Amino acid sequence: MELDALFLARLQFAFTVAFHIIFPTFTIGLAAFIATLMIRWHWTKRDYLYQLARFWTKIFAVSFAMGVVSGIVLSYQFGTNWSEFSHRAGNIIGPLLGYEVLTAFFLEATFLGILLFGWNRFPPKLHITAAILVAVGTSLSAFWILAANSWMHTPTGHVMKDGIASPVDWWAIIFNPSFPYRFSHMFTAAFLTTSLVVLAVGARYLMARVYIEEAKTMIRMGLGMVAILAPLQLIIGDMHGLNTLEHQPAKIAAMEAHWDGSKPGALVLFALPNQAEERNDYEISIPRGASWVLRHDPDGLFPGLKDFKPEDRPPVTPVFFAFRAMVGIGLLMIAIGFVGAWLWYRGRLFESRWYLGFVQHCWPLGFIAILAGWWVTETGRQPWLVQGILRTADGVSPIGLTTVLTSLILFVLVYSSVFSVGIYYINRLIAKGPQPSIISGDETAPGVPSRPLSGATGAAREATTESGQ
Amino acid sequence: MGDMTYWLPVVWAAILVVAVAAYVILDGFDLGLGILFPFYKTEEHRDVMMNTVAPFWDGNETWLVLGGVGVLVAFPMAYAIIMPAVYLPIIIMLLALIFRGVAFEFRWVAKPDHHSVWDVAFAGGSIVATFAQGVVLGGILQGITVENNAFAGGALDWLRPFPIFIGLALIAGYALLGATWLLMRTEGEVASRAREQAKALLPIVLVAMGIVSLWTPLATEHVAEVWFSWPNILYLSPVPILTAFAAWICWRSLVTGDELTPFIATIALFMLGLIGLGISNIPYLVPPSITFWQAAAPPESQIFTLVGVMIMLPLILGYTIFNYWTFRGKVRPGEGYH
Repeated sequence: MELDALFLARLQFAFTVAFHIIFPTFTIGLAAFIATLMIRWHWTKRDYLYQLARFWTKIFAVSFAMGVVSGIVLSYQFGTNWSEFSHRAGNIIGPLLGYEVLTAFFLEATFLGILLFGWNRFPPKLHITAAILVAVGTSLSAFWILAANSWMHTPTGHVMKDGIASPVDWWAIIFNPSFPYRFSHMFTAAFLTTSLVVLAVGARYLMARVYIEEAKTMIRMGLGMVAILAPLQLIIGDMHGLNTLEHQPAKIAAMEAHWDGSKPGALVLFALPNQAEERNDYEISIPRGASWVLRHDPDGLFPGLKDFKPEDRPPVTPVFFAFRAMVGIGLLMIAIGFVGAWLWYRGRLFESRWYLGFVQHCWPLGFIAILAGWWVTETGRQPWLVQGILRTADGVSPIGLTTVLTSLILFVLVYSSVFSVGIYYINRLIAKGPQPSIISGDETAPGVPSRPLSGATGAAREATTESGQ
Repeated sequence: MGDMTYWLPVVWAAILVVAVAAYVILDGFDLGLGILFPFYKTEEHRDVMMNTVAPFWDGNETWLVLGGVGVLVAFPMAYAIIMPAVYLPIIIMLLALIFRGVAFEFRWVAKPDHHSVWDVAFAGGSIVATFAQGVVLGGILQGITVENNAFAGGALDWLRPFPIFIGLALIAGYALLGATWLLMRTEGEVASRAREQAKALLPIVLVAMGIVSLWTPLATEHVAEVWFSWPNILYLSPVPILTAFAAWICWRSLVTGDELTPFIATIALFMLGLIGLGISNIPYLVPPSITFWQAAAPPESQIFTLVGVMIMLPLILGYTIFNYWTFRGKVRPGEGYH
């Protein structure tokens, strides 16, 4: 692809979204996990639940901060880099983002303060309420942003006047045809991602024989979620796929690398899609498999790429491979959940070191699957920015190549340095683990200030010095 | 619909003014605190400073999102013109806000070895973000080249003396807000140093406001017409008079040792400045060509979100006040959650 301003603007958006998406997908599930831990602690008064909630709140704070600052970039980029999109679709997208700010952003940002500072300072009921409100805020945020995103895939409820979309029916706009599937799929993915991280961290501690009680709780809670959500996600994903076939058949054709719509589709396990010659090279496939998946009938037909004009086709190769990565990881998650649940049922879960030794390394799976899935759906929508209404090439700002190149370089430099350091800090916090905090009745320890909640510096030091010291 | 297409854009302009005012006050003082950060050398002082704003900064910054998204909601055409026109300052502001935002968490978790890096990021991010915000404001005020309802100027149109001066003036302004905030929320050495800083900053801010007040009408014809024509000059005279009064209150309370009044008076100064800017530019959203009626989204979009604003904004204000009330009082060394 030639190096033009449009390409750079797309690259910049893809880069900034890809970095951003990591943090909210983690914090959506983590907020709910922390709220659950705090409620359980409030009921049972077990100390390790308190330690665990505190520990994950520190990690939440770091990733939430990165999510906030990278998210603000996105809301402004609609204007800076996609001003024609803002002009033509702003009547629809604007109000949806407006509701996200009004119902979600303020809620989570404000109560985060009380959640972070609330330990031993505010009444437990207020503190737990704050944790729940933060979790509600992160979920509402997902609701609105996916409503906006889904409308770009399956726009309904609007009319076009002079190339500008105007709303007619807000209910139809929000609950557009792909929204229920996309929201369920993404929301489940967010919870799966967090559950895998929690499971992996628990396994890591148990392997190292530290924080035993905390580790077992994390493994039980994480594994329980994975065992239920991973198979559920397969069903939701299947339904989402059928919905996509109905509304964005070109995307499905690219996902399956299916060229000829007059024949049943094969389930392609591996191939190098050859866009120039409109066929697959080195194909390994199960004949009629895709027809069976998509039509639930081995003789079923669905549109192939050749049914679309070349200028209306998405790029096949990235969509095809990203889809395989996502599904492959999804199947692996199902296996992790199934094996873990079986071991648990047999009462051998905490002794099965081969299993724990494997899952402790599985924390990145959810993030990779989400990035791959996002790549499938957004690249699969190309060449459209809003399906059937606005092409990506027509949505870009009147900004020169040099300007976009400058900002892109700045984004790459800042994101890769700042966010890598943040992820390193999170890793360091995890390595250190849920240390019993100096504030839980240990105020008499030498060198520790005697006031409750004092010693922020000391606590930070204690929490972050390298383990083993 | 005739009446509605007149009033809805007016109501939305008012909502945006509220959002901008809230942002300038709230993020103003915590950016200001970042600007003053290099003048406080010891780690303990810096910890206290951070902790006066740590529970609030995220909510404060959300008003910036509401301001930006509010323009997109109600005036998508203006959003589509302004953002490309001030592209680089906006991007630089966003990047600077990244440094300052993550520093709130990173400088704690980086302790004890690398926190000074994040002190620099916090101060630098605050200074650059403030400057960029001033440049964006100045870039809009000086006028944007528009053809066929789209931005048609150059990438560096904002790089002129007027926007640069507004950027510098805003650094002094936010620093004054930050100093008076610190004076109110801290005690001991931090508070007394903040008082001295506020005393030094107040005259600078007043001079800057005076220069902007003269420069704007001299540089732009439509603004001169608004302010210097009879009888407008009579009706508008309370604005500079009240500004002088607020400045006098601020100075006197700084001298007498008052802790709350300097902050309130500084907010009043900012609000009067905003009112002045508003008067100068009504009815233009993209000076000097696009009014907010021309840029307005259709009533269906404006009403739908207006319902949300009517319900949510009182709630947001309510729990924001609750949050500040919860963390009221002086912040002392050693308080925090890390």
